[in-house]
Amino acid sequence: MKRRAILLVIGVFGLLLTLPLWASPYTVSLATLFLFFAYAGQAWNIMMGFAGLLSLGHALYLGVGAYTVAALYDHFSIGPWLGLWVALALCGLLAAAMAALAFRYRVAGVYFALLTIACAEFARIGFDHFTWVGGSGGLFLKVVEPGRMDLLNLRGPPAMFYYLILLLAGAALLLSALLLRSRAGYYWQAIRESEEAAAALGVNSFRWKMLAVMISGAMTALAGMFSAFYYSNLFPEQLFHISRSIEIILGPIIGGVGTLFGPIIGAALLTALGDGATEFVAAVGWDVPGVKQLVYGIVLFAIVAFLPEGIWPALARKLKLFQ
Amino acid sequence: MACARTQAEAVPMSASLAVQQISKSFRGLQALADVSFEIQPSTITALIGPNGAGKTTLFNIIAGAQTPDRGAIVLDGCRIDGLRPDQICRLGIARTFQMVKPFAGLTVLDNVVIGALSCCTRVKEARQRANAILDMVGLGPKRSRASALLALPDRKLLELARALATRPKLLLLDEVLGGLRPSECDRMMALLRDITEREGISLVLIEHVMRAVMALARTVIVLHHGEVIAQGTPASIVREQAVLDCYLGEPLRV
Amino acid sequence: MPFDFSTLLNVLISGLMTGLVYGLMALGLSVIFGVARVVNFAHGEMMALAMYAAALLFSRFRVNPLLAVVPLGAAFFCFGYGLQRLVLRPFVIRPQHSQFLLLLALAVVITSTLLMVFGPDARAVNLDGLLEPVVIGELLLDQAKLYAAVVACAVAAALFAFFRLTYTGTAIRACADNWLGAQIVGLDVDRLYAIAFGIGASCVGVAGCMMILLVDVTPGSGPAYTLLAFVIVIVGGLGSMSGALVGGVLIGISEAFGGLFIAPSAKSMISFALMIIVLIFRPRGLIAEKS
Repeated sequence: MKRRAILLVIGVFGLLLTLPLWASPYTVSLATLFLFFAYAGQAWNIMMGFAGLLSLGHALYLGVGAYTVAALYDHFSIGPWLGLWVALALCGLLAAAMAALAFRYRVAGVYFALLTIACAEFARIGFDHFTWVGGSGGLFLKVVEPGRMDLLNLRGPPAMFYYLILLLAGAALLLSALLLRSRAGYYWQAIRESEEAAAALGVNSFRWKMLAVMISGAMTALAGMFSAFYYSNLFPEQLFHISRSIEIILGPIIGGVGTLFGPIIGAALLTALGDGATEFVAAVGWDVPGVKQLVYGIVLFAIVAFLPEGIWPALARKLKLFQ
Repeated sequence: MACARTQAEAVPMSASLAVQQISKSFRGLQALADVSFEIQPSTITALIGPNGAGKTTLFNIIAGAQTPDRGAIVLDGCRIDGLRPDQICRLGIARTFQMVKPFAGLTVLDNVVIGALSCCTRVKEARQRANAILDMVGLGPKRSRASALLALPDRKLLELARALATRPKLLLLDEVLGGLRPSECDRMMALLRDITEREGISLVLIEHVMRAVMALARTVIVLHHGEVIAQGTPASIVREQAVLDCYLGEPLRV
Repeated sequence: MPFDFSTLLNVLISGLMTGLVYGLMALGLSVIFGVARVVNFAHGEMMALAMYAAALLFSRFRVNPLLAVVPLGAAFFCFGYGLQRLVLRPFVIRPQHSQFLLLLALAVVITSTLLMVFGPDARAVNLDGLLEPVVIGELLLDQAKLYAAVVACAVAAALFAFFRLTYTGTAIRACADNWLGAQIVGLDVDRLYAIAFGIGASCVGVAGCMMILLVDVTPGSGPAYTLLAFVIVIVGGLGSMSGALVGGVLIGISEAFGGLFIAPSAKSMISFALMIIVLIFRPRGLIAEKS
C-alpha cells in the first residue's frame, strides 16, 4: 500500500479515536452505528467478496451470536468475554454445517442465497417460540448500575461501546488485509474467478470455501454480541429479520465487494445518507418513517446498475491512492 | 528455481503414466473406448486425432475432472483414477485448458503465484518461484499487468507458466499452440523442448499443428472415435493407412 | 386434541382455497423465472403493492376487489413489461447475482415507499356481503376464500390456455426452451421476455386483489410473500406452471394444518423447512417439468 493510503487510514483512525471527546452524543451513536455496519459488512465481505458466496441470511449469525452470549449472561451469569467463545464456536459450526450441506449437494448461486434466507427465517420463527430466551416477548439484559462502567460485563456508557466497536472494526480491517495477502486470500480469489482452473492448480475449493464461510459466520456472531449488549434487549423479529441481512450487505455492495475498504466506505456513506435524509425530511416538516430505507434502496439500485464494482475502486483511482 | 522443501525433492522427478483400458460414455455416446498407452519419463508425447475424437475427454479423465466408466490411470505405480483434480495436481500432474482460463481479476504474477502455492509453503517463496517461472517463459516484463488484458499468445504462456509453477512431473497441454502465429509457435516449441530437456518434465500435447507434432514428439498417439488407431514415432504413424484414412481429405503437412 | 372429521375437512378445504391464491402468485414467479430467467426477489413486494392498490381502490372508489382484478391485472402487466424491457434487459449479460441484487433494491424501494405513503398500520378489505359462510353439507366455506379460489382457478386456466393455444404463448414457451434457437427462427425474444414478465406480474396483481380479502397487509408483508412464492416454486419446480399451483395448494394445506396442530405463528416454519429440504436435495423441485 502506498504512503498516501496509509496516511489516510491513520488520519481517519485518529479522527475516530478522539470522536467522543469533541462530538455530540448523537454523533457518537451515529458513529457507533456506522462502525457496527463497517464491522458486519467486512465479515460478510469475506464470504462474498473473497470466496464469492452470496449469503442473504447473515442475520442468522447475528441472532444466534447475540442470543448465545445474552442467554449465558442472563441465565448463568457467564460474562460476555467468556460467552463469546461459545458464540464463535456455535456460529462457526452452524455456518460450516450449512456450507457443507450446500457444497455436498451442489446448491449454488441463487439457490444458495435462498437457502441462507430460509435458514434465517426458520431461526426467526423458531426463536419466537423459544421461551427459555424470552420468545417473541424478547430478552432483556440486566442493567445493574446505570452509568457505571463494567467492561467485564459490557455494561457502561455509550462511549465504552463506541471504543469497543471501533476496536472490532479496526481488527476486522486488519484481519481482512492479512487474509487477502495470505494463501487463503489468493486461493479465494482463484476460486471466485475460475473454480475449475483453481482445482487444476491444486486448490481444494471445498476446504477453502468452508473456511471463508466459517470465518464470516463467526465474525458476525461477535456483531450479534455487541448488538445484544449495546441495546440491552433482543427480539427475534428484529435480530433475525431479513432487513438485518440486507443492511449488512448494503455497505459492502455499495462500497465495493471484495475490496478491503469497500465495506467501510459503504457503511459510512449509507449511515451519512440515511441520517441526512431523515434530518432533511424532518426539517421540511414531513415526519414520515421509511425515508432512510428508500434512500438505501435507491442507492443500492444505482450502484448495482451503474457502478457495479462499487464506490471504493473508483474513489481510490480518483485519489490516486495506489498508483 | 526457489523453494525446495527437502533435498530429495530439489530436482523434480519425472513420471511414467500408464493409461489402461479407459472407457467413457456420455448418455449413450461412447467418447472413449478401451484406450491404453504409456507415457515414458521425460518425453514429449503427442495426442492427435480429428475433432470429437475424445482427446480432451481423455485429458479430463487423467487430470481428475471426470471419472472413467472403466479402466485405470496409473502414475508411477499408483492408481490415480477417481481422485479429485486438486489431489492429482499435488501428485504431480498439471494441465492447461483448451479455452484458456486465466484468473481475470488478478495480475499475471498473482496467477502464477496460485500455481506456485501448491508446492511452496510460504507466500513469499511462492512469489519468488512465480517470478522465476515468468522470467523463464518470457512474461517477466508483464508480471504486474492485469491478466485480462493479455493477448492470446501471452495468455497461453501464462497458462503454461501457471501449470509449471505447481512443479509437475507430467504436463498435459491442450492445444497450447492453437491460434498462434508461426513465430510465436516456434517460440513456444523451443520452450516446450526446454522444459522437457532441462527439467525432465514429461509432456503430453493435444495438438492440431502438425509440424510441431512432427518436430517435438517422440511418440504420437492417434485417437479416432474414442479409440487408439495408431501409436508410434511420428515418421511411422504418417505412413499408417488407418491414420491416412481418418484424415482423409486433410493433407498432412510434414 | 381429537379433531372430528368435519373440522379436519374444513381446515383442508380452507387451506386448499387459500393455497390456490398462493399458487397463482407463485405461478407468476414461475412464468417470470421459467421464461425470462429472472429470479424476481421483489415478487412479494409486488404482491404487497397489489394488495395495497386493491385496498385503495376499495376505500376510495368502492371498487370490489373481485372486480378490481381487471384494471389491476392490466396495470401490473404494464409494470412488469416495462420493468423487463427497460430495466432488466441490460442485465442479461451480467452475472446472475447482480440481477438478483437489482431486484432486491427494487424490493427495498417498494417497501419503503409503501411505508411512507400508507404508514405502518395494517390495511384490510372487509366486504360486508361476504360475512356469511356458504354451507354445503358438513362444509362451512368462507365466501371470500371461495370467490378468491374460483378467480384464481379461472385465471390459471386462462393462462394455461394462452400458453398452449395461442401463437404468442407458444412462442414464449419456445423462448424458454431454447433462447438461441428462438432468435434464429426470428422470434423477437426481447418482446416475448417482456410479455412473459408482464404476465407474471399481472398474476401477482390478481393474486393481490384476492389476498386482501383474506388477510390484511402491512408495508413489511413483502418479504414473507417473496419467500412463500419461492418456497412454492422450488417445491413445485422452478419454471413449472402446474407445479406452482400444486405447490401452492400443498403449502396452503400444510400451513392450515400446521396452524391447527402446532401453533398459528409456527406454520411458516413448515414451509421453510420444506424449502430447505428441497433446496438441498432436489433444487429441481418435487414435481419438476419443463414448462
